Amino acid sequence: MNLEKVIFGFFILLAATLNFGFFIGDIGNPELHSVYELAAALVVSLIATALKFGDRTQIGAIHLSTSLVADLQLIAAAITWGVAVHVTGVGMTPHVTSSVVSLSGGALFANIVSVVILIVETVMLRR
Amino acid sequence: MNSAFFLVLRRMRAPIIVLIVIYAISVIGLTLVPGVDADGKPTPPMSFFHAFYFISYTATTIGFGEIPVAFSDAQRLWVMVCIYLTVVGWSYSVVTLIALLQDKGFQNTLTTNRFARRVRQTKEDFYLICGCGETGGLIARSFDHVGQAFVVLEKDEMRVEELDLLDFKTDTPALAADARLPDNLKLAGLNHPKCRGVLAMTNDDQSNLAIAIAVRLLNPKIPVIARAELAATAANMASFGTDHIINPFERFADSLALAIAAPERFRLIELLTSLPETALPEPHRPPRGHWILCGYGRFGHAIASRLRNNGIALTIIDSSARDSDHDITGDGTEASTLRQAGIEKADGIVAGSNNDINNLSIAVTAAELKPDLFVVARQNQAANAALFDAYAADFTVLPSRIIAQECIALLTAPLLARFLERLPHLDEAACHQLAERLSEACGGRTPVVWDNRLNAAEAPAAWQALMHDQPIRVGDLLIDGTERSRRLPVVPLMIERGDACRLLPDDDEALQAGDQLLFASPLSAQRNLELTLRNANELEYVLHGHEKSGSLLGKLLAAH
Repeated sequence: MNLEKVIFGFFILLAATLNFGFFIGDIGNPELHSVYELAAALVVSLIATALKFGDRTQIGAIHLSTSLVADLQLIAAAITWGVAVHVTGVGMTPHVTSSVVSLSGGALFANIVSVVILIVETVMLRR
Repeated sequence: MNSAFFLVLRRMRAPIIVLIVIYAISVIGLTLVPGVDADGKPTPPMSFFHAFYFISYTATTIGFGEIPVAFSDAQRLWVMVCIYLTVVGWSYSVVTLIALLQDKGFQNTLTTNRFARRVRQTKEDFYLICGCGETGGLIARSFDHVGQAFVVLEKDEMRVEELDLLDFKTDTPALAADARLPDNLKLAGLNHPKCRGVLAMTNDDQSNLAIAIAVRLLNPKIPVIARAELAATAANMASFGTDHIINPFERFADSLALAIAAPERFRLIELLTSLPETALPEPHRPPRGHWILCGYGRFGHAIASRLRNNGIALTIIDSSARDSDHDITGDGTEASTLRQAGIEKADGIVAGSNNDINNLSIAVTAAELKPDLFVVARQNQAANAALFDAYAADFTVLPSRIIAQECIALLTAPLLARFLERLPHLDEAACHQLAERLSEACGGRTPVVWDNRLNAAEAPAAWQALMHDQPIRVGDLLIDGTERSRRLPVVPLMIERGDACRLLPDDDEALQAGDQLLFASPLSAQRNLELTLRNANELEYVLHGHEKSGSLLGKLLAAH
């Protein structure tokens, strides 16, 4: 067993599950989408990205790009939240909530692709 | 993407993750600790937005203070933890980054990348010099002098750094890498469309062999010039078609034999093949008669066979008794050995061992025993030049110089080789006359020998004029393009037309399009004549004395 692989797999999967946890629920209802979950998803996604740095293989490149997409989506969601709550002061209306959640939905898709690549890579492994 | 970038990312992985984790802990902690308002009543904790803002300026030690409102004691407690955590995180990142920048491997990657990029972006024709020791250094300096671009691959890092300190006019890409590895050759532009040739000049025969074969296989179109000091290596190189193989010892032995047999012709060849624009070499007049040869290694063998072919009586002194055909065992550094070899009756001596100090000792001892002896001293290391200059032997052999001269002569004027082949047609008097003409034209310096083909690429103006049936004679071209009453100090050596060659053409010789011309001149005259051949207005002035404007308007005005 390779500890590095365990950590790698753990963070990729954790990023996807946290993202899913935030995403699930009625899209317009702020009660069902905790901002802590969004923060956790963003942090874990950033860590997963850092773990993918410096791999020169083709699969490594796709891994990195999916993570970058997820980061971008989650950061956009976080900024939307911050602007709505603190800058414009409109608060978490159904409109704002739905745009934050749908942005995180995009990140979820990227994270799922990441997980699929991880599984494919593992299946292709001959040793 | 380049590998340096990936290396940075890979090494920075751990510090970046540590930073992300520290930020996450600090921010989430702040969003959980309750605050306090101005009246001392507890308020809900900070939101993510404010917590991230606060941690951002605290972690980077900017420290705006407690924003938006004064903190509660609980918040201050947590912020203390955050401050120390984030300082550790940032220090760790910065220290890792600095360590990475100082890392030898990382710096090598950076230099290699920069070198490869500069070679890739080269726009002019260049030569690849592998091995920039004494020989390579001489070649590099001559290339630089005549404005020829080149790329250097050298194993020794110190040498590459020294190369940076030499004030080359051109900005030369140089890399400390082993030229035996094909990847390094490719990096240095072996497959670059502008690469005109490879010079394998390392001091190791095996390396030169490896370079020669790599070039033959990876880019068969370009010529390789290789240095070989062992006959076996030379034969090996010849077997796969190395274009020029230079054995300095054989070359020198040939020269010495020629200097004895035909001193004037030797003098002429020496002038034409010496490094361009350097001081004139001393004339050598080695005598016939009885010679003593000290040191019977590779150099000794080459000398012995050439001298004996010229009918010279030879006594060989060598310290080893391995070869049966040498006469006296010893170093030749002692007077007794030299007397035994018959120094009283001898006319010349060759101090040809591979030890500079022994060679000097032989030369000094021999000259004391017999002051009018002709002394040939072999200098192995260019660093000992001061000693050899102080001693001033009649003829000093410096292998690195011999190789460099031959390379430059071969590369700057391919026609020169054909000229030298035909040189035996000239008698001694003609050779003497030509040598005098050359040294006069170049004002006591050695000439630059260069060739030019009268075609659309190399001499467009002259070519066009010839194609329009405008007669041009050799003498017409040799007029100074800045002042018509002056003649350029250029000596035309040969005209090659198809298969026919004409040595030393007269001024009246008519030229034809496609002729290949070989000239010897100072560098300034070369530039001048090349401009005449290229620029139609210059040519017009030189041929007819008209100052013509090349523009359409100028032509119209002139017509009225």
